[in-house]
Amino acid sequence: MALLSVRPGETVAEALVDQRESFRELATAQLPRLYSIARRLVGDGAEDAVQDCLLKGYERYGQLKAPESGPAWLTSILVNSCRDHLRADARRPNEVDFDEVERFSLYRKIAYEDPFPYSDSLHLDFLDEFGPEDVRAVLMRLPPLYRMPLVLVYMDGFLAKELARRLDVPLGTVLARLHRGRKLFEKQLWQYAEETGLLKKGAP
Amino acid sequence: MISCHEAVAQLWEYLDGTVDEADRALVDEHLSRCRRCCGEMEFAHELRRLLAESVSADIPADVLQRLNQTLEEMDRWAAT
Repeated sequence: MALLSVRPGETVAEALVDQRESFRELATAQLPRLYSIARRLVGDGAEDAVQDCLLKGYERYGQLKAPESGPAWLTSILVNSCRDHLRADARRPNEVDFDEVERFSLYRKIAYEDPFPYSDSLHLDFLDEFGPEDVRAVLMRLPPLYRMPLVLVYMDGFLAKELARRLDVPLGTVLARLHRGRKLFEKQLWQYAEETGLLKKGAP
Repeated sequence: MISCHEAVAQLWEYLDGTVDEADRALVDEHLSRCRRCCGEMEFAHELRRLLAESVSADIPADVLQRLNQTLEEMDRWAAT
């Protein structure tokens, strides 16, 4: 631990115990949330990423200035742990045809294919077929570079600006990746629905 | 005035609040006279909700146990 705050009348040993306990409390409370983020960012590597985050968080806990920013601080450490996994993944050749993805519109596709012919709320019925595990499976189909901003901005409430700062890339880059991520997500929702027979369940 | 194509291309950014004032006004103006794009807007809104609401904090019992064990071990190392 880098820094230690010792209160008046407290010994260094007591301060260390306090610090350990307060980290433990923070980490225990945040475990389910951290695991949930990691699962959507790196899939099966989630447990390793959270372990790594706990170790690094513990080492650096003294650097945390304000206890109330503990959850966000742990999230940043987790995102960096996940990036190590994602980097290994990102070296795979990028096989996405973005021209085609850019032209794809899920809204028009649903209207055209009309999977629920008797419905007057076709588009919403389509989305209703997706449970949380389906959404996670669709996200895992996206290249990590595009999955990450989508997960952090739309699921975990990061601002694009904040994400750009944490990833150390220009805001325009984050916005462009978000845009592509959304288009890919739309396209993969449709493909997933077709491949897993999701729409047949809902058909009369 | 902007076309449907231009309006639709900006809907998510519009919902995210990342378009500038001038573009926002153009999208607003387009939506005020185009029902189809209003449908697309509603759909984009629901898609965002689908993403946001599919966050589950479920953590398998065995994973939780192993991670808690890591925390305990870290405490033990530090205490020695």
